[in-house]
Formats: sequence, C-alpha cells, structure tokens
Amino acid sequence: MTLLIGSLTIGLILALLALGIFIGFKIFNFPDITAEGSVTFGAAIAASLIASGISPLAATLIAFVGGALAGTVTGILHTRFNINGLLSGILVMTALYSVNLHVMGKSNVPLLNDTTLITDFEQMSGFLFSSNGLLNLGGWMVLASDLAVLCCVFLLVVVVAFLLFLFFRTNLGTAMRATGNNDQMIRALGVNTRSMIVLGLALSNGLIALSGAFLAQYQGFADVQMGIGMLVWGLASVIIGEALIAKSSPGFLIIGAIMGSVIFRLLVAIALRWGMNPNDLKLITAVFVFIALILPVLLAKIKIGRTNSKIA
Amino acid sequence: MIEIFNFGITFGKGTPNEVKALDNINLTIDDGSFVVVLGTNGSGKSTLLNGLAGNFFPDTGTILLDGINITRWPEHKRASLIGRVFQNPFSGTAPDMSIAENLSLAARRGQSRGFGPALHRVNRKLFYEKIRILNMGLEDRLDNPIGKLSGGQRQALTLLMATWQMPRLLLLDEHTAALDPKTATKVIQLTADIIRRDRLTTLMVTHSMQQAVAMGDRLIMMHNGRVAYDFRGVEKQRLKAGDLLALFDDIRRIELIDTGVAVMLEKNYV
Repeated sequence: MTLLIGSLTIGLILALLALGIFIGFKIFNFPDITAEGSVTFGAAIAASLIASGISPLAATLIAFVGGALAGTVTGILHTRFNINGLLSGILVMTALYSVNLHVMGKSNVPLLNDTTLITDFEQMSGFLFSSNGLLNLGGWMVLASDLAVLCCVFLLVVVVAFLLFLFFRTNLGTAMRATGNNDQMIRALGVNTRSMIVLGLALSNGLIALSGAFLAQYQGFADVQMGIGMLVWGLASVIIGEALIAKSSPGFLIIGAIMGSVIFRLLVAIALRWGMNPNDLKLITAVFVFIALILPVLLAKIKIGRTNSKIA
Repeated sequence: MIEIFNFGITFGKGTPNEVKALDNINLTIDDGSFVVVLGTNGSGKSTLLNGLAGNFFPDTGTILLDGINITRWPEHKRASLIGRVFQNPFSGTAPDMSIAENLSLAARRGQSRGFGPALHRVNRKLFYEKIRILNMGLEDRLDNPIGKLSGGQRQALTLLMATWQMPRLLLLDEHTAALDPKTATKVIQLTADIIRRDRLTTLMVTHSMQQAVAMGDRLIMMHNGRVAYDFRGVEKQRLKAGDLLALFDDIRRIELIDTGVAVMLEKNYV
C-alpha cells in the first residue's frame, strides 16, 4: 500500500512534467528536448535555494520561473535564429547541464533535514486526518503523512490542470493553439507566431521545472542526472493518455496526460515489484512508447481490414 | 488607397535559378476598387499578393496603405489591415479547432489577445447569426472541428473570417481554383456579395476568364513580373472572355518569338 501511495504521488508530480510536454508536443507540434535539462534545472534551483534557507514556496516558484527562462531561450533560438526546433532544444539542454552544476555547486544536493513543501504537506496530516501515525485504509495500514502528501499533490495538479484548461480557452490560449494547428492562418489573422512559440515553450518548461522542483523535494535530493529519460517518460504519459481518452480537445488531453502519467508510474512500480531489473527501465520505457505510438495505427488497420472482408 | 512604387523582388539571386518575380511594379488602387488580376503561370500575380501580405520583404520599392508605409511591416502586423483568402481551402482555417473558435480568432484580427474568454454567450450568438447567412447548415455545428467540413464550406468560412473585421485591403488568391464548379460558383457569389456590401478594396487573382469578365471594376494582366495590361471603367466592362484569350495569345506569341530567337542564336553561336 505504501508502494501504491508512493507511486501515485510520483505519478502526479510527473503529471506536471507530462502537462509541459503536452504543450510542446501536442499544442505546438514542437519536438522540445529542453525538458531533460529543465526538469533538472527546476530541481537544482529548488534544492539549492531551500538548502540555503529560502522558503520552500519561494524556491519552488523561482524554479518555475527558471524553467520558463530555459524555454524562452529555446524559443528564441528557434524563432529568431531559425535554428531547427529539435536542435535548439538540444543546445539548451546541453548548456543546462553545466548551468545545473553551477547552480548546485556539486552534482547532488541533499534535502534530508530541510523543511520543504513536501514536509509541509506531511504536517497537514494532523489537519486532514486528525492523525500523525498509522491510518487504517480499508484494511491496509498507511502513514497518515504519506496520504496527506498524496492529497496535497493531487490538489496541486488539479489546480494547475484547471488553470491550464482555462488558459487554453482564453483569446491568448486559442491563438496559441491555432499557432500549432495552422500557423499560416493565424499569422494572416494578425498573430505573431514567433512570440506564441516562445511564450508556449516558456509555459511548457516552467511546468517541467515545477515538476522537477517537487520531485527533488519529494525524493529529498536534486541530482544532475535526474533529467535523463524524462522526455520519453512525459511523452509516454501524453500518448497513453491520448489513447485512453480518444478525444482531441485540449481539456480531455490535459486529463489524459495526468491519467497517463499516473498509470505509467503504476505500471513501472508493478514491473519493478515483479523483479524487473531497474537497469532495464529506460529500455522498457522506450519500447513501451514505441508500442503506444504504433498501436492506434495498427488497430485502425485491423478495423479497416475487418470491414473490408465483411464487404467482400 | 494602396500605392505601390517600384515594387521589385528577385528570388534565388546569384544562382542559376534567379527569377525576377516582380519587376518594378507601379500600381495605385483606389478605395473601394475591386481589381481582378490575370496572368500566365509564373507571371508574378501570386508573388504580388504575397508581397502585399508581407510574406517577404521586397528588394526595392514602397507600399503605402492609406498613406502608411507598410513596406517593412511583418506579415502579422499587416494582417491588422489586410484580409486574406488562400488558394488552398485548408490554409485559411485551423482544422482541429471548432468553427466557433476559428471565428473567434478572426473576430480579433488586429486586436490584442489577452486572458478574456475566447468564446462566450454574446459572440456565440453573433457567430450563429452570421454563419446562418451562408445557408450551409453550419450554424448548428459551431462546436464541430473545422477539419470535418468540405473544402467549399471551409473556403466560405475563410472568406467570412477574412472580412469579419473590415479589412482595408482584401487579397483573394485563386480562392475558388481548388473547388468543384458548383461550390466555386457559390463561393464567388458570396465573395461578390461581401465585397459589394462592405465596399472592400480588393485584389483577386483568378484563372477563370468568366470570373475575370464578370467581376470587378478593373482588370490587370501580368506578364514576366510586370503589369502588361490595365483596363478600368467602361473599358473593363466591355471586355469579353474572347478579348482576354486574344491577349493571352499575344503574350504567348511574344514568348514564342523570344524562344525562337534564342534557339537561332544558339544554333549560330554555340
């Protein structure tokens, strides 16, 4: 049960990452690799600031701003200097590796004895469940503090997702979606598509850094390597979510990305529990994303084949 | 009023593919004038439209729109003054977004886009009223993605969107060329109605002699990046499709001589 709660919590924290990747890949159709750097950047900023005694809330917000700045740089490289989208992301991601080392001053910053937003969430258990010890959850004994963290993180993700949903219904948000859908059309309607891309990538990487900031606080350290494989992770969440929801409006895709992230995390937890070698994790993730990518196409083909044979 | 002075652009400069797409064009278009642009393939008519819309900056020349120099304005900035319908019916609308969302984007052409809701009761009602006039049954499908509509329906909506905020200049680039004849007639009728109703200053490129004769109060024929013929007023009204075909033949004959001369020169000197 503790394992389940832990997986759900990490799944929800990484849902913020999935939302960021959803903006880049689904809204803009932009292969933004910056994610791998900005998730660590967010973690590095939050961990270093918290370790130096700044309030965890301020540190987390600054991490969001830091990620947004990284996204802005990628956007500017792409739109102002006409560098291929993939390449601009790779450049910023690579540069961020050094930046992250500078921010942390070493390759790993532990947060074990510091007050973080997560320890604040743990403190909420008394208020939420009027208990600080073990709770009986349908026969399972769980730590009230773990449950409190899960609830708070869930609430946080719901609020962020709802704000994002509202944003995509504003005039600015619709213009942003149109930029990814048909840039020629939206330019002819007077929208500066370059600014839209920069703004969108800033928002996207801000969310990714926010995810990194929470991840660092949850696991109790920031590590310069923690971004590796995060992009595929986020993509897997978005793709699984899309397949589950099977609708293309932004509202449903947002819900899908969150569900995808949680489900994917659970699957991984189960696989590890079954004794999968952790070294194989990234390989399995990649294969999994591959299957999720080709499955809808294959299913459609099988469907068409069946109807054709029926007609024949 | 649009004033174009010494407007010129050369593509692929310094390469074997160098093309002088527009060669010192001088053109003045009066307010409320509806200009039909004809020309052979590669004559520069689409380049002229793209140049006015700001797809590229010219090598030489100036464009004044109502006395404002817009020569160096980027495309999205010019869009506050210029409405556009493309040849490809898929170019003018965002396929994955709903009809209402597409219209809301058009309704804010040239205005700031902030955190206000894109759709609300008031503008949805307005969208409903305005697309009911199209008589295509689209008013009940406001929330359907535009990608599900036919090319003709999308082109009619694009036209509506381009003229939603009254543009100072409307650019139509063979906007019925990709439609079947029946739909094309319908879209052309709608075009004529809107232009007449709002007295829009319009530049319309077409390949249809029929449209060229029936529409507009001025006709220019382009060739090799220049304005070869310019008819207006009574002269334009008197033009028949046959006259235009004869003019095309003239142009072709001149070209034949050119290539003939080239062949002769090649034989004698190479």
